[in-house]
Amino acid sequence: MIYPVLEVQGLINRFGPQVVHDGLDMEVREDEVFGIVGGSGTGKSVLLRSILGLQRPQAGTIRIEGHDITQLSGDGLRAVKARYGVTFQGGALYSSLSVLQNVQLPMVEYLEVLSPSARDELAMLKIRLVGLPADAARKYPAELSGGMVKRAALARALALDPRLLFLDEPTSGLDPIGAAEFDELMLYLQKQLRLTVVMITHDLDSIFRTCNRVGVIVDGRMETDTLQGIVDHPHPWIQAYFHGERASIHLKVAHGA
Amino acid sequence: MSQLITVRRAEQGSLALDLTGEWRALSFEQIDTALAAVDVAGARHIEIATDRLAALDLTGAWRLREFVRHARQMGAEVAFAGTPPDQLRLVEDTLRPIEAAAAPQAVESLGQAISEFPVEAEVATLSFIGRRAVTLWHDMIGALAFLGRLSSTAARALPRPRGLRPISIARHLYDTGITAIPIVALIAFLISVIIAYMSAQQLRGFGAEIFVVDLVTIGVLRELGVLLTAIIVAGRSGSAFAAEIGSMQLNEEVDALRATGVDPYEALVLPRVLGLVIALPLLTVVADLVGLVGGAVLCASLLHMPLDQYVNRVSQAISPSTFWVGIIKAPVFAVLIAMAGTHRGMQVRGSSRELGRLTTVAVVQAIFLVILADALFAVLFMEIGV
Repeated sequence: MIYPVLEVQGLINRFGPQVVHDGLDMEVREDEVFGIVGGSGTGKSVLLRSILGLQRPQAGTIRIEGHDITQLSGDGLRAVKARYGVTFQGGALYSSLSVLQNVQLPMVEYLEVLSPSARDELAMLKIRLVGLPADAARKYPAELSGGMVKRAALARALALDPRLLFLDEPTSGLDPIGAAEFDELMLYLQKQLRLTVVMITHDLDSIFRTCNRVGVIVDGRMETDTLQGIVDHPHPWIQAYFHGERASIHLKVAHGA
Repeated sequence: MSQLITVRRAEQGSLALDLTGEWRALSFEQIDTALAAVDVAGARHIEIATDRLAALDLTGAWRLREFVRHARQMGAEVAFAGTPPDQLRLVEDTLRPIEAAAAPQAVESLGQAISEFPVEAEVATLSFIGRRAVTLWHDMIGALAFLGRLSSTAARALPRPRGLRPISIARHLYDTGITAIPIVALIAFLISVIIAYMSAQQLRGFGAEIFVVDLVTIGVLRELGVLLTAIIVAGRSGSAFAAEIGSMQLNEEVDALRATGVDPYEALVLPRVLGLVIALPLLTVVADLVGLVGGAVLCASLLHMPLDQYVNRVSQAISPSTFWVGIIKAPVFAVLIAMAGTHRGMQVRGSSRELGRLTTVAVVQAIFLVILADALFAVLFMEIGV
């Protein structure tokens, strides 16, 4: 039995009278880059927090590699959490630890058998892999530029070699060139490490560059399609999003090709 | 656990390893054990087949690379059946440049403290003392600079009615003063009870129980009322000031204020200092009152002294200056506490650990400064004879 890497069914999230998700379905397949798009306040972050097991939804199932995390707690949930990597919007690097120690923290938590020197080398491997210079390893988060923070966060997310990677607004706060570089790095790693990537983003450039399929949250549900399919979706918000002035340049490229 | 390695000995001095199963980070322990169990001693030729691997991630590839390096060091010739796996090549390509530059010792591991200036063991103590002395000196200069900055801000703000930010001062007056009344009153009551109890035991031997009143009254009014209040406030509000301003620093709120053209000393530091300068004397009055009441209660219950006799004795025991000698210290203590808290808060940079460290420093320093100032006041009052 082959499970989809990530499967969300009938997700309902409510805060008092405010309904954020009203029976949201979502499926992410192996080796794809899946983009999650939605207006402000449509519950992108709530969806991510639900999937990560940081918050329990009112109803629905969330399966990560076949494990329903809404039914899990304690050690079971912890074991599932070791299977995915995540980067948060602001990086969320631990400010009192150096970059190297940040990357080592998941290893310390889950791989107690690793010797300190093995941890050093493995962490260094991840740091170099995301394109950070070796001397960045000793730096503290406060000493890093915005782009380096994003890369360090990515290195930490890859610490345990997960197959599933969540990125929350990975290119926000980066200049267009930095964002393009980050996208390229992500695609390179995705191919090399055969990652499945779920990415929340606002960045249209990024969506057109990287995503195989896109899910748009509208009216508490998710409309999922290929990039081309979602661009042609009749929903007014999706039309406005993909056919606004910003998007027209990409559409010309997409249709021309 | 599924089998990870099958070892076949083809002929003398030759090994064939068949890798199978999932070589992933989370099963590192099994991979490690399996590879360590392979006996490479005496093998001249090792062939590794990876085509039957279900999965190989970077951690697994890294461990495999370690094994290959180890085998080569032992004098074996290592070859892969077919092409080596991509993951191994990726690890190789990423790590080789670093190892060529070779400074694995430049990398500190988690929890291992590093010293920026490595020194010889013999002079380590000396250099430690020296460094601390320099730090202390810089600290003192910094505190002076802070005081100067605060004074000049106050001088600029005072002529303008809005520069003083009365609403902000009122908030800090409430936070540091009004909400502290219960704990200050409780401590003052208890301390007067302690003095009365202790002194009653000693003085009873001389039949001089009436002097219990003198001890409680003078002790509380001159010394303990204001001192204990200041120490409580240092713990409560000194830490709050440091933590509040410190987290604003971390959140770049202080920079945002500066960028808006608002002086953070005027908006954040001055209102806290002024609020506490108003609050602490008022709290001291509360402490004095409750302390005297506590003395009265104890004298009534322990020494069966009627209230009018207690009041009579109190008015004999104190001179007009007794109350003022205590209360005059309160604003000075307030300035010291508020400055320690706000100064340390403003110093927070970069990390949450700094925030914790400087908050601790703020409280310790505030209490130290209060007691030091109290000692200086004691000498001063003796010299001028009050």
